Amino acid sequence: MIAGLLFYAFAAILLVAALGVITTRNPVHAALFLVLAFVQSAALWLLIEAEFLAIALVLVYVGAVMVLFLFVVMMLDINVEEIREGFTRYLPLGAAVALIVAVEIGHVIWFRSQGLAFITTPTPNPAGYSNTKALGSVLYTQYVYPFEIASVILLLAIVAAITLTMRRRTGLKVQDVAKQVAVRREDRVRIVKVEASTER
Amino acid sequence: MLTITTAHYLVLAAILFSLSVAGIFINRKNVILLLMCIELMLLAVNFNFIAFSRMLNDTTGQVFVFFILTVAAAEAAIGLAILVVLFRNTRSINVEELDRLKG
Amino acid sequence: MENLYLTIVLAPLAAAAVAGLLGKVIGRIGAHTVTIAGVAISFVLSVIVLRAQLGGAPIYNGPVYEWAAVGRMSFQVGFLIDHLTALMMAVVTFVSLAVHVYTIGYMRDDPGYQRFFSYISLFTFSMLMLVMSNNFLQLFFGWEAVGVVSYLLIGFWYTRPTAIFASLKAFIVNRVGDFGFLLGIAALATYTGTLDYSQTFANAERLASTSIEIFAGLHWSLLTFACICLFVGAMGKSAQMPLHVWLPDSMEGPTPISALIHAATMVTAGIFMVARMSPLFEHSEVALSVVLTIGALTAFLTGLLGIVQQDIKRVIAYSTLSQLGYMTVALGASAYGAGIFHLMTHAFFKALLFLAAGSVIIALHHEQDIRKMGGLRKHLPVTYWTFLIGTLALIGFPGFSGFFSKDALIDAVAHSETPGAPLAYWAVLLGVFVTALYSFRLLFVVFHGEERIDRHAKEHLHESPAVVWLPLLALAFPSVIAGWLTVGRVLFGDYFNGSIVVLPEHDPLRELRAQFHGPQEFVMEAFKAPALYLAAAGALVAWFLYLKRPDLPARWQQQFSGVYRVLINKYYFDWLNENVLARAGRLFGGFLWKVGDETVIDGALVNGSARTVGLVASVARGLQSGYLYHYAFAMIVGLAVIIGWLVFRG
Repeated sequence: MIAGLLFYAFAAILLVAALGVITTRNPVHAALFLVLAFVQSAALWLLIEAEFLAIALVLVYVGAVMVLFLFVVMMLDINVEEIREGFTRYLPLGAAVALIVAVEIGHVIWFRSQGLAFITTPTPNPAGYSNTKALGSVLYTQYVYPFEIASVILLLAIVAAITLTMRRRTGLKVQDVAKQVAVRREDRVRIVKVEASTER
Repeated sequence: MLTITTAHYLVLAAILFSLSVAGIFINRKNVILLLMCIELMLLAVNFNFIAFSRMLNDTTGQVFVFFILTVAAAEAAIGLAILVVLFRNTRSINVEELDRLKG
Repeated sequence: MENLYLTIVLAPLAAAAVAGLLGKVIGRIGAHTVTIAGVAISFVLSVIVLRAQLGGAPIYNGPVYEWAAVGRMSFQVGFLIDHLTALMMAVVTFVSLAVHVYTIGYMRDDPGYQRFFSYISLFTFSMLMLVMSNNFLQLFFGWEAVGVVSYLLIGFWYTRPTAIFASLKAFIVNRVGDFGFLLGIAALATYTGTLDYSQTFANAERLASTSIEIFAGLHWSLLTFACICLFVGAMGKSAQMPLHVWLPDSMEGPTPISALIHAATMVTAGIFMVARMSPLFEHSEVALSVVLTIGALTAFLTGLLGIVQQDIKRVIAYSTLSQLGYMTVALGASAYGAGIFHLMTHAFFKALLFLAAGSVIIALHHEQDIRKMGGLRKHLPVTYWTFLIGTLALIGFPGFSGFFSKDALIDAVAHSETPGAPLAYWAVLLGVFVTALYSFRLLFVVFHGEERIDRHAKEHLHESPAVVWLPLLALAFPSVIAGWLTVGRVLFGDYFNGSIVVLPEHDPLRELRAQFHGPQEFVMEAFKAPALYLAAAGALVAWFLYLKRPDLPARWQQQFSGVYRVLINKYYFDWLNENVLARAGRLFGGFLWKVGDETVIDGALVNGSARTVGLVASVARGLQSGYLYHYAFAMIVGLAVIIGWLVFRG
């Protein structure tokens, strides 16, 4: 029962936060609302006994990605006033489409699940279940290949981010070591005939 | 009503997803907001995966969430890098000005 | 033996190639030497072959070269040498040789000298390929090749518009005939699976009983259909009505070729082909009847046209048309031997007539209008006497070669039972009168009577050089004696036994054969038949109208102006061809070009499809607005629609 109440509480705050993300004028506020949404999600995932993922969500997403977002928002010199014009023009249409999609999915879940038991019965709680242990036992055995690929993707992200934003400073004098080593005497020294001068 | 079933999580995910879609459509001025709505969408999908994984007692769903987190982080980083370069060149993050690929 | 036959065929070809390609290098004398040598070799070897065949040598039917094989059908080059072929070969090479020698004199001043010799040698090659062939493919090759060379030679003076018109006309009318010819060959090849003569002939009876559906509900025997189609080809090549219109126009070409091609050899290819196909035609009475009727109409009606012509060559051209009709009648009456015999004698005396006419023409500096001739007997004696011999042979004067062939022909038609024979009999009989009339008209107007020669031409008037009148003499001899010497063996003997098949119930020469006791008797018999008297009557009428009372023809022309107009317009065949058929063809072609090609294909299909793509693309382009939120929106709307359709269907 407590679990139910907690669920509804967290869910409500989550939805309010999501709404806040899309409606607020200030991008910094939007980022902070998003952080709130993520934290509520983590709580919800704890309720469903996916604790490793909940913590990972907080650490990775909130701790790294959202901080990155905030960095960028604050770094860019954004003109806040002109950002929020014309908001209400597209609101009805957007809201309508979103509503339709939500209703359709809900319809499928409630009325078209053909009485599948596992949709409408409460989720079971296995004894001694450790999410971390379960994940670990599968991740390094069955899914080790995707695991490695995921690390490559992260490498890719690093390289891409650096390549995209790197600027070359003009007017910088840099040494090209390979060229220096490959220099030959003839390129640097030229013998000009000079009259030997003697004191006579 | 108070017993929480998988259906609750699924409906929650659906509402979250449609909210983020509405957000993409409504937002015309801020590219960062676009990226944040994408993060929300990924969150909704994660909810789905975890709900089904618990329901079917199959850890595969949660492994997939693991990877989604990874990839989402990478994608956010690259997206923001692009955004920074875009801002350097155009000095604006207005989505309505990004129409160079018009047919 | 095969090498002998190959030499016969290839010697003129090699000579033609040398004269044609190296003409400038070897000069005029080189050109005529090499081509005459080539044709002379062919002639000598052909005579050897003929003597061998007469001596009883076996029939040679063998392949030379397999050109291609498609499925089970094999396309070969091969030779079939039997009595019929040997006779044709000898005739063709003899006339060709005479014409080659004649050309040295006739084309002396022409700038295209070497080209001419190359062409007539090439023609000799083509004609030999045609007659020596043992399969339909080679026959068709020779057929087309002689058509092409005829086109080249009719239009030899290609700067003259009339010559070009005539050469195109000849080729196109021939093409119409060839269309039927190809249909016939295709029909035979489809139902027998082979193009070889002997295999096709072996299937003749089976083909006669096979029935095919021409149009819905119209069933004919396959053999009848094929034979009629083959005969259409013969109609084109041998100028039977209504495909005869090209031959008078072909007189635009130089006289040597009128003699060689349009009298002696190419036009007889059709006759030869029908005779060669006698095993097939014999089984189809309908086809024989068609052949007979068309031949009869041609024989009589074109003869009538010869009476009103004013050009010396045109008269002889219509005479050729008429005589070809005679040969066709013989074929239709199942008297193939008589037809071929007449072909042989006709080759001699008609070539003679043409060459003699050519001699007159060059003596008068290329004057061809007979109204500007007259009394040339004194000035051109050799020409006159050879011309007279040719004329007598043509009308069937007793003892001359034409007499034997014509009388036998008329008798054969009288005894024939092919449907239509009575009509044919009257046509050929009255044709004798007409033939004598126009022949002697020509003789009297040109060589007798008062001189109407242009004064300038008269100053240079003398007999033609020896190169011109020697061939005339060479052709005059066979015109006189060839009939007498050969009629026994060829016409009434067993000469064609291996080559021509005549079913016993059709054979009209049976009775004649039984009654034949030698040429003298045959001549005596002639006095009992009406043909001789009709010919004499014709000659007398000609003498009366053109020597005694020359004013009468002019008066009758005015009195019977309607009839005259029909005759001078050649029964309006040319008018029909030029104004109706050709114009319809051009209109149709123009329609296909303007509407079919330009509007439909270019405009609607090609350009239209391109324009449609452009239009659609320019509309679809609007979807690419460049805005991310539009794209996202489109995705979401699409998602909503698909989910909605999946969820709410059924």
